[in-house]
Amino acid sequence: MASNTEPVPGRASTGGRLHRAPGAASIGHVLKAMGIQPRLAVILIPYIWLILFFLIPFLIVLIISFAQLRIAQPPYSPLFICTDPTLADSSWTCFLQGHLKPDLYTQAYGYLVAEPLYIKAYWNSVVTAFWSTILCLLIGYPMAYGMARSSPTVRNALLMLIVLPFWTSFLIRVYAWIGLLKNNGVINNILIAFHVISDPLPMMNTQFAVYVGIVYSYLPFMILPLYANLEKMDLTLLEAAADLGCRPLKAFFKITVPLSFPGIVAGSMLVFIPAVGEYVIPELLGGSNTVMIGRELVNVFFENRDWPTASAIAIAVLVLLVVPITFYQYYQNKEAEAGK
Amino acid sequence: MPADKPEHHHTEMPWNDPDAEPYIRIENVTKKFGDFVAVNDVSLNVYRGELFSLLGGSGCGKTTLLRMLAGFEEPTAGKIYIDGIDMADIPPYNRPTNMMFQSYALFPHMTVEQNVAFGLKQDKRPASEIRDRVAAILDMVQLTQFMKRKPHQLSGGQRQRVALARALVKAPKLLLLDEPLGALDKKLREATQFEIMNIQDKLGITFIVVTHDQEEAMTLSTRIGVMNQGQIVQIGTPQEIYEYPHNKQVADFIGSVNLFEGWMLEDEADHVLIESEEAGGRIYVDHGISAAPDAKVWVALRPEKIQIEREDRDEPYNCIKGTVTGIAYMGNLSIYLVKLDSGKEVKVTMPNQTRAAEQEIGWDDRVSLTWHPNSPVILLS
Repeated sequence: MASNTEPVPGRASTGGRLHRAPGAASIGHVLKAMGIQPRLAVILIPYIWLILFFLIPFLIVLIISFAQLRIAQPPYSPLFICTDPTLADSSWTCFLQGHLKPDLYTQAYGYLVAEPLYIKAYWNSVVTAFWSTILCLLIGYPMAYGMARSSPTVRNALLMLIVLPFWTSFLIRVYAWIGLLKNNGVINNILIAFHVISDPLPMMNTQFAVYVGIVYSYLPFMILPLYANLEKMDLTLLEAAADLGCRPLKAFFKITVPLSFPGIVAGSMLVFIPAVGEYVIPELLGGSNTVMIGRELVNVFFENRDWPTASAIAIAVLVLLVVPITFYQYYQNKEAEAGK
Repeated sequence: MPADKPEHHHTEMPWNDPDAEPYIRIENVTKKFGDFVAVNDVSLNVYRGELFSLLGGSGCGKTTLLRMLAGFEEPTAGKIYIDGIDMADIPPYNRPTNMMFQSYALFPHMTVEQNVAFGLKQDKRPASEIRDRVAAILDMVQLTQFMKRKPHQLSGGQRQRVALARALVKAPKLLLLDEPLGALDKKLREATQFEIMNIQDKLGITFIVVTHDQEEAMTLSTRIGVMNQGQIVQIGTPQEIYEYPHNKQVADFIGSVNLFEGWMLEDEADHVLIESEEAGGRIYVDHGISAAPDAKVWVALRPEKIQIEREDRDEPYNCIKGTVTGIAYMGNLSIYLVKLDSGKEVKVTMPNQTRAAEQEIGWDDRVSLTWHPNSPVILLS
């Protein structure tokens, strides 16, 4: 027994230390051995993703937008041309010998400004997206509010109903609206059957149908951020407002709405931004006179095979959207700063 | 009632005056949530200018009672009158009450100034009046230089004062405070306690405070209502509650107490003698109570009312012996845990009048515990 209580010399020397089994090196150690900080590796992944799938395609589109239309394969002029015709076959040698010079045209952008059709299409897109956003907000806010204030079981069922349409293809859902809106469609047939109208209402191929399609399709993108915001609101604030003499309706506009502003901004961005470039809905539901920029882009790209102009349109849409996106970013930063 | 100062007595202690008109009357109020009875047949009168505390553990119904006063909950049964007006159909936004919420519930998108002005704006007061009253109240809670800040830019204590200012600025008939000092550290609590008492003194508003902190209730209140399981167990001044608790629950909840189980040997008009096996001796109390002979009773003895000494005293009663099993030095006082021969543990506190160098009593010392016959309280339940 006595020998047990005596310290074992070998054990005592290593006593306090923790030893990692050999071969059990963490990912962090591997990365460090490769000379990469683990922290850097974490942010590197999304950056690589963005560079591969956003920045590089964007640069390609940008380059094409400064090219000239050509009836060739590819259907645009190269970015650089060789000034020495004898070296035209080998651009690499041409580059090494310093005869390569950039060959840029702003022609495509010139069309955008000069052609009233494009300006009209841009304007139409922004206006349509704007009113669609307003409509989504007006319809979505009460829905999100109702969801956030209902009991947890009902709330989950309602949330499910909001997400449910995503189980069907977007295209099919938009097609389904044709069946509802067309002259001998469901809505007109019902109205005629009940003698509300005698002739079918022309709803298909109108701006109205485009609004219906956009609002219907993007409503969940408005509701979900609003719901997430309203759901976490501290309801004692409304009690405090009532306690201080504020009626419920006024408290809604003085307390609930201002506090849900981040949700309103997020939902509006999620509706407005894709709605500006929307192609499928105006194509399927809108008439030939519904010019929207997404539709023009497809026309120019596939029918005119004018890649430079199409690219210029795409770049212009992007620039157009940078304004609201920057505002959104700015607002989010401000929110993050305010904390809590 | 002292004969020489009757008027004083009336104004300071209206609850002792049968003619005094209560300002807030709570009559047989019950609140049920489904099968759960949160507040059970509570009746309570609060007088103008009082600072009344509802004291109890969590889930005792004190907050529910407060919320019924504010109008956030409807009583299942019973009536609430404020200044003679039945509050039954009056929504919170029309009640003459203001509440300071436990979470403060400051509007995060408004500045301190806007938060405080909110209530006055609802009353459509003229802008100049709002400005003056907000300025005055912010000056009182010493937040003038933080007027333009948002709540998230303030410390906990500052937020608490904004909440207080917001509730006070409308000069309500009744101010309700829900755990007003709960989130503050000890130093700030003490300062704020006195601040609340000062404000109460200055403005003469009637306060009802909900708290689980007996120390807070003791310091602040004119009277305390101790609540347990939806009922009011005892109403009294802090002193009454502390020195004359009605039952074991109250005694145990307010401060710390040693309880000895025993039975009556003698019950006379001028004294009571109790045999307690738990205490390991007889307890003599110099005032009578009326209880059945041989009734089971509990003797409540506050730790600070017991003398502890090393001498082996031998008295016929009010003297018990044991061994010290623990000493806690608290600075201003020391707490001794003494294990009696019966096995029961007794807590004794002694002020540290001299420096601890010549500390007499140590661990495992045999000690005698004695007390004045006036000190114990006999409880029947």
